[in-house]
Amino acid sequence: MLYREAGDFKTSYKDDAQTFPIKFDRYRYYAVLLVGLAVVPFVINDYWVNAIFLPFLIYSIAAIGLNILVGYCGQVSLGTGGFMAVGAYGCYKLMTAFPEVNILFHVIAAGGITAIVGVLFGLPSLRIKGFYLAVATLAAQFFLVWLFNRVPWFYNYSASGQISAPERTLLGVNITGPNTEAWASYLFCLVLVFFCAWVARNLTRGSVGRRWMAIRDMDIAAEIIGVNPLTAKLSAFAVSSFFVGISGALFFSVYLGAVEVGEAFGIQKSFLVLFMIIIGGLGSIFGSFAGAAFMVLMPVLLKNTLVGTLGWPTDLAAHIEFMIVGGLIVTFLIAEPHGLAQLWRLTKEKLRLWPFPY
Amino acid sequence: MPDQLLFAIEVTLNGLMAGVLYALVALGFVLIFKASGIFNYAQGVMALFAALTLVGIMEGQVPFSHLINAIFGTDVHHFAWEVPALLAILLTMTVMVALAWLVNTLIFRHLVGQEPIILFMATIGLAYFLEGFGDIMWGSDIKTLDVGLPQGLNESIDEFTFNLFGYGFFIDNLDIVATIIAAILVAALVAFSQYTKQGRALRAVADDHQAALSVGISLSFIWVLVWSIAGFVALVAGIMWGAKSGVQFSLSLIALKALPVLMLGGFTSIPGAIVGGLIIGVGEKLFEFLVGPLVGGATENWFAYVLALIFLVFRPQGLFGEKIIERV
Repeated sequence: MLYREAGDFKTSYKDDAQTFPIKFDRYRYYAVLLVGLAVVPFVINDYWVNAIFLPFLIYSIAAIGLNILVGYCGQVSLGTGGFMAVGAYGCYKLMTAFPEVNILFHVIAAGGITAIVGVLFGLPSLRIKGFYLAVATLAAQFFLVWLFNRVPWFYNYSASGQISAPERTLLGVNITGPNTEAWASYLFCLVLVFFCAWVARNLTRGSVGRRWMAIRDMDIAAEIIGVNPLTAKLSAFAVSSFFVGISGALFFSVYLGAVEVGEAFGIQKSFLVLFMIIIGGLGSIFGSFAGAAFMVLMPVLLKNTLVGTLGWPTDLAAHIEFMIVGGLIVTFLIAEPHGLAQLWRLTKEKLRLWPFPY
Repeated sequence: MPDQLLFAIEVTLNGLMAGVLYALVALGFVLIFKASGIFNYAQGVMALFAALTLVGIMEGQVPFSHLINAIFGTDVHHFAWEVPALLAILLTMTVMVALAWLVNTLIFRHLVGQEPIILFMATIGLAYFLEGFGDIMWGSDIKTLDVGLPQGLNESIDEFTFNLFGYGFFIDNLDIVATIIAAILVAALVAFSQYTKQGRALRAVADDHQAALSVGISLSFIWVLVWSIAGFVALVAGIMWGAKSGVQFSLSLIALKALPVLMLGGFTSIPGAIVGGLIIGVGEKLFEFLVGPLVGGATENWFAYVLALIFLVFRPQGLFGEKIIERV
């Protein structure tokens, strides 16, 4: 009833090409932003931030990054964990080397470093594709984790081999360290998520994104119509790694505060983010959010119901979680290869006609 | 001979033995890939699942005992019997065949004709499912697997080399047994695919699905067969690795090690899997021995992948793989 194009007149090309062409979508988007920025920070507490909001926001960035590479450009990567580690360690080195610089710049610069590393490991993609490439990115995963584990320079020669985030402020408010308020870390991540999603959405709408999609759909044909595979693939690796690096930096500095690389950024993390985009929807920014939300919420819900309500042992709940995740992956691949995002799209299609479908 | 060289030779020999075990896992991959074009990431988890099931049956564990206990508040864990190893292996094989049938009917029949990368992701999902399922069924604690294989230092080799060079080589009996079993397995697989009716049908399917269908070969039967054989190979690999380092979660990670083996050897070649396994096994042991101390050790974690990565850039189809031809 409310969800209609009718009556929403576009009088310029700019209007016609906007991200949300339907008025209702536009207002919904502003409403979500308003709630996220102006309502949520006042009502959340530590538990909500640490158990749900921070992981959701940070994984959303990682999922957007991986979705650009896998969903838009068709280059499967299993090295997400390794690239997140690059972001985390890059951020750590910058934070300790330049303590007076603003934390925001550290996080962005960490993304930049990761982008360079990502391009390096993306080079083989020019020769190999498909799951050959997936295995090649495993090399990145294992090599990077090993590097951060074994070379003491990266963890500043600390005795435990861990890195922990020193206290840093932004506009006089603590962002990292043990004395951070819940709303501060939440807002910091939210702003970065907004920035990343905005950049990603506009990149994928424009000529860069079209080049990526051409490569994904058929690389030989794309080459023939004039897409340069070198720049297209490497730019996808760079942009994707940039986002993944930012998420790694946030994961370490804002969310966990102290990490041990093998535990926090192991191969499991790569799979987790890959599952997010498969369940959420390959080639969709909304899908990245949906997948991240799903994969963050499901374990929390499962744990609360099975362990909290029914009183089952925790390890049993963890195994059941594995089974459900695996089962869902297969189910989605069979029944709805485009994930939650496609269900959302179908709902919107239905809504346009509702309540009079004929 | 200088000590350093003797150490190097010993390391090489041990690497060869480890390579055989990698090759065992890689074999399972090659079989499924050739027949159905599915790159089965779950092969390692299948080995874990097979080993778990074998131990569970041998010790007479009650399947799903944790779940049953949690739901009904009971305290069951073991039946009052123990099953002899040979019978347990047969029973486990039955379970693996059932699993093969289920996997084929529930998952891969619905994904026929999809892109290889989708199938690959589906097997990752399958791997996760099996991992959780295996743990729920048999519990996640580390188990020891003892089917009566000899273990420990092989004294005759130790003595022989000591007399020859004045330095005894340490070679595990289990590794020798594994090598022999792997050789028999490969011989049996080759014989099966060359000389039996099913084997020929299998090769026909590998060549061309449509043509195989048109001469009356049942695709679903062949796929179940292939998954069963892969299950069998997984069982053998699970027994070997389980006897070597205990049945535990890390067993499923050997699948990841088998990937670079395949990259090197080529996805479509059984000899390739063996040669690739040996190269990786020897390469990573020697690299760790020669370069490892200089860079802080534990290079085994990544050496295989980086080697495969560099190798792929120059020869994308691997050593023995068929040349990849792309048509628009």
